[in-house]
Amino acid sequence: MIYVAKEHKEETIALRDAHCDALIAEAERNPAILSVDADVMNSLGTLRFHKRFPERGINCGIQEANAVGISAGLSTMGFIPFFHTFSVFASRRVYDQVFLSCAYNGANVKIIGGDAGVTTAVNGGTHMPFEDMGIMRNIPGMTVLEPSDSTMLKSLVPQMASRYGNFFMRMCRKSVMKIYEESSSFEIGKAAVLKDGEDVTIIANGIMVYEALKAHEMLKEKGVSSRVVDMFTLKPIDRACIVQSAKKTGAIVSVENHNIFNGLGSAVAEVLAEEYPAPLERLGIRDKFGEVGSQDYLMDKFKLRAEEICRLAYKAIQRKPRR
Amino acid sequence: MKNDVNINKLKRFAADIRIETIKMFATAGYGHIGGSMSIADVLAVLYGEVMRIDPINPDWEDRDRFVLSKGHSGPGLYAALALKGYFPIEELKTLNKGGTKLPSHCDRLRTPGIDMTTGSLGQGVSTAIGLAVGSRLKGLDSYTYLVIGDGEMQEGQVWEGAGFAAHHKLDNLIAFVDHNKKQLDGPVEDICRSFDIQGKFESFGWHGQTVKGYDVREIYEAICIAKKQRGRPAMIVLDTVKGKGCSFAEFADFNHYMVINDEMAADAIRVIEESLKPVEE
Repeated sequence: MIYVAKEHKEETIALRDAHCDALIAEAERNPAILSVDADVMNSLGTLRFHKRFPERGINCGIQEANAVGISAGLSTMGFIPFFHTFSVFASRRVYDQVFLSCAYNGANVKIIGGDAGVTTAVNGGTHMPFEDMGIMRNIPGMTVLEPSDSTMLKSLVPQMASRYGNFFMRMCRKSVMKIYEESSSFEIGKAAVLKDGEDVTIIANGIMVYEALKAHEMLKEKGVSSRVVDMFTLKPIDRACIVQSAKKTGAIVSVENHNIFNGLGSAVAEVLAEEYPAPLERLGIRDKFGEVGSQDYLMDKFKLRAEEICRLAYKAIQRKPRR
Repeated sequence: MKNDVNINKLKRFAADIRIETIKMFATAGYGHIGGSMSIADVLAVLYGEVMRIDPINPDWEDRDRFVLSKGHSGPGLYAALALKGYFPIEELKTLNKGGTKLPSHCDRLRTPGIDMTTGSLGQGVSTAIGLAVGSRLKGLDSYTYLVIGDGEMQEGQVWEGAGFAAHHKLDNLIAFVDHNKKQLDGPVEDICRSFDIQGKFESFGWHGQTVKGYDVREIYEAICIAKKQRGRPAMIVLDTVKGKGCSFAEFADFNHYMVINDEMAADAIRVIEESLKPVEE
């Protein structure tokens, strides 16, 4: 069950700390859980895991390819390694290792990519992943996740640990806006519907869920009724929810802090094209590299804003076939 | 380690690995012959004498594990596994055929006795280290054995692993470099020189040895020494010849991958049998 927060304000806990809390809690119950790291424990908040379980924390140093392979080897011995690094290194730098040593090899590795899209901010274009989810979506059997707040993240970590297989979860390291009440729980593969509506559906993930909720209110003031969906599982995507949303509202806007190619917008387009064609507008990074700047600057620059969601919502509604 | 190791038995096993591999390639019509021949002797020592294994129970947790990081030499390993009884010898004829358990490169999920999927060079080093770390975490006294190619050492991931294994004092990891001097496009010396392989690993903190890689006694004795090391992984450089012991491959310039017919195979097998006669008489 999900309960949308009565008030959306910045959370007091950083996502990296929420993740480490959840991982330690899981590890207390399950001795197979390990943390594998690559010299960014301080940045991604896993240091406390290593202090709590010195034997079960492995810091490989600056060698991501080796860390992925070691994680794969450990998983074939029955361990459940969570490998943490910045999302650019967790995806594009180690693609072949994740593909072969983890996925093709039938391993059980949980990859956590820190710093999602524009939340990389002042680390700049070299470190800003707009392609990580798409890269991972392309690997057979890979589950790809992006939580939108700490409550959701804490609900996903135990599921990642208990389900056999390779997972990729992208997260922001800092605090984000609160979306859900703490009593909410989520199931991997099942989208969360936050608002119901008639005229258009906004499908978002990660930090863009908050912008979608803002857009919902702005549209409401103009008399437009919008459905808001948190598609935190990019793969396997909740096809039924997309089809149901298209049937109900007849127009869709996808919203992501990621390249529109091979990310959420592509995944939604594939389902619509195959099952229930409907007008779709895609908001995301339109085939650009990242750049340095504050998160606010970058969100303005790439138009990752509620105002742009509203503009695309009107456009999608206008494109509905006339009866 | 036993002192009464039967060297002639190991020589026979190495010859049988070569013979079955050549037959397999002849049935398929082609294959990675060179690198399968140059590891036949180390496979014979490991699977014939050294490793703690149970072919009836390939997933036995207390077993020693083997990672062939140069996964394209999988057929040589399949021959050794079939001869040890992991699966029927007849299955070797299915190499590379649709639906086979025996693909060109090692696949943990398909082949009984294969401990790790390999094929993208360099990656087996890291996965083998994962097995060694996992064995230690579980308190097992198992060893992990690893074979990498001399051309494979050009991959940067090998050196990430070399640094990690030494730093973490993995004395349950014993690795071999099959120094057969050739890679796909030609001599390693012409493409990217190996320089001092043993010295490189020693400088990373490993124990290092170099032996004649087609001499089963030398390989066996080197493993005995490697097992005595405490607090560091062991590297045994196998000074080998690509295509060793296979009449049509050993002296060919390009023997990484060859087209092989029944006649070539029959001749090569005859030469191997003749070479063994002084051993067996």
